Amino acid sequence: MNAVLPSPTTIAALVKIGLLVGGLMTAAAYLVLLERWIAAWVQDRKGPNRVGIPLTNIRLFGLGQPLADGLKIILKEDFTPSHVDRVLYNAAPLLILAASLAIFAAIPFGSVLPPLGIPGLPDPVPFLVAPGLDVGVLWVFALSSIAVYGVLLGGWASNNKYGFLGGLRSSAQLVAYEIPLGLGLLGVVLAAGSLKLDRIMEAQATSGVWYAFAQPLGFIVFLVASFAEAARLPFDLPEAEQELVGGYHTEYSGIRLLLFLVAEFLHMITAAFLIVIMFLGGWHLWGVTGSAAEVSWAGALVRFAILSAKILGVIVFFMLVRWSWPRFRFDQLMNLAWKVMLPLGLANLVTVAVVEEYRPWLVERLGSSGAGWVALALPWGMFFVGWIVAGLLTPSGTDNRPIHTHGPLDAEQSLAEDLVEA
Amino acid sequence: MTGHSLLGAALPMVAAINWHSLFFLLFASLACGFALAVVFTTNVVRMALHLVLSLAATAGLFFLANAEFIGAMQLMIYVGGTLVLLVFGVMLTAQQPFVSIRTSARDQVLAGVAGAATLAVLLVAVLSVGRWGLPASGEVDAPTATPLGMALLGVRVDAAGGGHSGFLLPFEIVSVHLLVVLVGAAYLARAKRRRTPRPVDVLASADPPLAPRPAVAVPGGVTRGASRSALVGSGDAAGGGA
Repeated sequence: MNAVLPSPTTIAALVKIGLLVGGLMTAAAYLVLLERWIAAWVQDRKGPNRVGIPLTNIRLFGLGQPLADGLKIILKEDFTPSHVDRVLYNAAPLLILAASLAIFAAIPFGSVLPPLGIPGLPDPVPFLVAPGLDVGVLWVFALSSIAVYGVLLGGWASNNKYGFLGGLRSSAQLVAYEIPLGLGLLGVVLAAGSLKLDRIMEAQATSGVWYAFAQPLGFIVFLVASFAEAARLPFDLPEAEQELVGGYHTEYSGIRLLLFLVAEFLHMITAAFLIVIMFLGGWHLWGVTGSAAEVSWAGALVRFAILSAKILGVIVFFMLVRWSWPRFRFDQLMNLAWKVMLPLGLANLVTVAVVEEYRPWLVERLGSSGAGWVALALPWGMFFVGWIVAGLLTPSGTDNRPIHTHGPLDAEQSLAEDLVEA
Repeated sequence: MTGHSLLGAALPMVAAINWHSLFFLLFASLACGFALAVVFTTNVVRMALHLVLSLAATAGLFFLANAEFIGAMQLMIYVGGTLVLLVFGVMLTAQQPFVSIRTSARDQVLAGVAGAATLAVLLVAVLSVGRWGLPASGEVDAPTATPLGMALLGVRVDAAGGGHSGFLLPFEIVSVHLLVVLVGAAYLARAKRRRTPRPVDVLASADPPLAPRPAVAVPGGVTRGASRSALVGSGDAAGGGA
């Protein structure tokens, strides 16, 4: 019987997938509740606090709300308008959810477990669905760019002007912000010397310097671009409830709408994962988690808890930002991407390249601690220079006054004005 | 009991499946099927979507062949980059919803000739491969990203000292090509500013429709106009005019 079972590696991968998908879906449901609580807190009102255990009077601070919301939206009528392109209309939500879940194949959600003693299983066991994937960062990047299709096709297949506009805005925004996102990410890859996300975490744990401190400019660029990629509020033009009544999912209802909303939340969770893993040290915390080589059960649990806490912190930051900045206008959005974030990202990349190229030379001249300080000072100097230049040039500031160009008839107009003056 | 015996019968069958071949057949048939769908669909957005799926299935084939880097690049560049722009362009330029395209007979003949020529070349290449099968166990676990990156910069890790010079020259040629394309795109998409004549130039050129104006006779207007053109035209006249 044992011979016909799938290999332990396959079983381990399936268990990890089960844990991850279950955890992510539950987390998405409760993060919606958290978002509503934070929104209520920011707006000085009470959020959802009534739904508790069904059929009893126990309220539990409203912790039953996600269940009630989920049941409601699943049991709602799934209405398909008659004017849609049926195949694509049905495919779009599935596509976007599948892409946003598949991203997690390459994202580590903890450190490593000590060997379990099961023959055939690699030891130690990494908290990662596809540990053999050599190009984790590229995988994440590739699949996040596929998620555009869900939005684009959903908007187009709805055959609705609001949906179509939302889809167009979204695709332009996502394509534009993929470039600063990639530039921010390249700096980290260059410094860590690996495309594997677990290696990037290990590199930060080994040196003790998180890349947010070593590459402040890259961190800012990546943070802003991931807000735009997740279409969170300063960048939520694709949906823009006030202008587009929901944008690309205007025509969706019931469970298909739920798929879109869950996928959107997953984008935010992915962004939080990436920010923490690549810039905020992953599972590393000074003096608590120990070196990367140590493997123990307690250590694995502590690291998992630290990673989760950091991710929750970033998600709360996402939610607070939502109520702190107004939405950009489309030209401001594009100016920010192409005239601010792109040059800043390039400046960061060049700085990181210079630092990494001359690090051995610096170590030779100044000793390793002196070289470390120089390697920190240079990116921070670049950070302030970039900030000041971007602030002085204000490339994303816009002039709303109507543009007046002089046409031939304006000659008579100005001449008439001269006459009046004379 | 029957359930148990069924399970007992099903498990060996599951174990007997060659998963590699199964997934190869799956991805290959998806790629070919959607490629055919691109040809036979008339709706342009559906066409683009079928192309997306065909290329994504090709990426699956790359992953199956342990070429993770190429697979990820295929997904990122073709599926996630080029075709997003294509769909975007199609959506922007489609005049009415669900626009459809009909290919003329001449184009069909041309496409058939081009396709047959490509197929012939590919068939020759395929038939010249000596052995088709799974890679040997040593070749499977090699990481693909680093040797590829090194080879693109001119260092062949896989053929050290074998007289291989790497791919620096093709890499540079492609870079220059891309730069040319970028410059061209920027030139085509630049803001085309309409040249509008300034009031002074209009006065100076004195086009027939604008010429019979009463304002010319007024000394103040003429003086100001003259001083302006003097300022623009020659430096020594500027002082007197002002």
